[in-house]
Amino acid sequence: MTERKYTCIICPQGCEITVTLDGEEIVNIEGNTCQRGKTYVTEELTAPMRTLTTTVMSASGRPVPVRTSATVPKEKLFDCMKEINAVTAPKGVRRGDIIIDNVAGTGVSVVATADGE
Amino acid sequence: MTKRDIVIVGAGPAGLAAVVAAYDAGATDILLIERDGKKGGILKQCIHPGFGLHRFGCELTGPEYAQRYIDEAEKRNIETLTNTFVIDITEDRVVTYQNGDGIFSVQAGAVILAMGCRERPRGALNIPGTRPSGIFSAGTAQRLINIEGYMPGKSVVILGSGDIGLIMARRLTLEGAKVHAVCEIMPYSGGLSRNIEQCLNDFGIPLLLSHTVTEIHGKERLTGVTVSKVDEHRVPIKGTEIYFDCDTLLLSVGLIPENELTEKAGVVMDRVTGGACVDAKRQTSVEGVFACGNVLHVHDLVDFVSSEAELAGRSAAEYVLSAQHCEREAIPVKAEDGIRYTVPQKVRPGDEAEIYFRFSDVSRNVTVTAYAGDTALAKKKVPRAAPGEMQKIKIKVPEGCGSVRIGMSK
Repeated sequence: MTERKYTCIICPQGCEITVTLDGEEIVNIEGNTCQRGKTYVTEELTAPMRTLTTTVMSASGRPVPVRTSATVPKEKLFDCMKEINAVTAPKGVRRGDIIIDNVAGTGVSVVATADGE
Repeated sequence: MTKRDIVIVGAGPAGLAAVVAAYDAGATDILLIERDGKKGGILKQCIHPGFGLHRFGCELTGPEYAQRYIDEAEKRNIETLTNTFVIDITEDRVVTYQNGDGIFSVQAGAVILAMGCRERPRGALNIPGTRPSGIFSAGTAQRLINIEGYMPGKSVVILGSGDIGLIMARRLTLEGAKVHAVCEIMPYSGGLSRNIEQCLNDFGIPLLLSHTVTEIHGKERLTGVTVSKVDEHRVPIKGTEIYFDCDTLLLSVGLIPENELTEKAGVVMDRVTGGACVDAKRQTSVEGVFACGNVLHVHDLVDFVSSEAELAGRSAAEYVLSAQHCEREAIPVKAEDGIRYTVPQKVRPGDEAEIYFRFSDVSRNVTVTAYAGDTALAKKKVPRAAPGEMQKIKIKVPEGCGSVRIGMSK
């Protein structure tokens, strides 16, 4: 049996969660105060996922903030960044506009979170 | 001189939530003043997610959170002056502001102070060494990257592990910079644990607790910093120096409520929070002057800024709409051992109040109790107490008590 400790990142409470493993099988999850914590550590053990937020340069020369529409695999964050930094947002981009579809083959799109100029 | 029922200084999250709440409470003659060119305050540059979990039940980015309130304010047709700087507020609520059209004064029925806070600069730390370029406050670097579109540097050390420092460690890393370390003079981080996890651990960035920058090197541009371990009195220990080659140092070493105007208005200040002393309605010692958000005390979650600002907005509306302002005598709320401060600092018998407070230190499994005399009014168990995480406790203030005490026991 091995124990692994996690800090849940789902909400600002940041629960400290202890997972007991028998080989690769989860035997026990402790310390989470809600169901989302359980889902989080299970995902952390198998395929960690993150929301990515960054900016895209717009045609006007000012950055426009963007986010991924859903979480993407943690190990793909830099692949996503590379694709995002290679594109320019069109002039007059509006919040909610899709900037990239299926970023880095994740099936997730990159969406503007504010209006550009 | 023109007259307005309510003048609100600052259109960040506090000012925006206050304006909407005041309007909805019936005070529709409001003027909102903002010194930046756009509404939204610092949220505009906080492009990361994590906002709104309490308030909206979903995780929004800063611009998205701000937009919800900007939309609400715009629906109500609130007159807003941007690129406008308030230069004076008097005790009898004359607000003087300046913009491209000139200098103007307005007599306000009530004033809501929502100016937010600013970052503590290098000069306040007295770090020895030269004065090269390449030293930024974390928020300035955040603005440069997210709003202006410039990278402040490529090889970075961050001093201070508050949330802004942690968020910037991740942001710089994603944009291709190398972040060598985040140094924290205290034995614990001032940031949320989730941010240590997702901003540092995710990218293998070391967090050096009980460490501080003890020398700055470089003539024109920063060439490196010396970092030393500190003892329990935060004094650097000789022989523990580590040298980091870097071109950029970010300082995330505290926020200071921006209260020059508050002091001009003659408001009694709290030396611990750096903001005004207020009652449960967020009214300051000057009648008709209210304060909310980071200008009152630095919050860690914008969700609580919004609730506090709504309270201030409703209170200001109630103040201007009611003919008589005969308030009952206020009694002090005292922060006892282990509690660093409370907001509000005073309450009135009969008040149903949420008392915000911070712990002085890190500890586990503590019980916080609010007392009136020897009677316990409310108890709250906190599994992990940390100064970086603001807490609240709800009380009903009984009649006839002389003070309320907030204490902590293990």
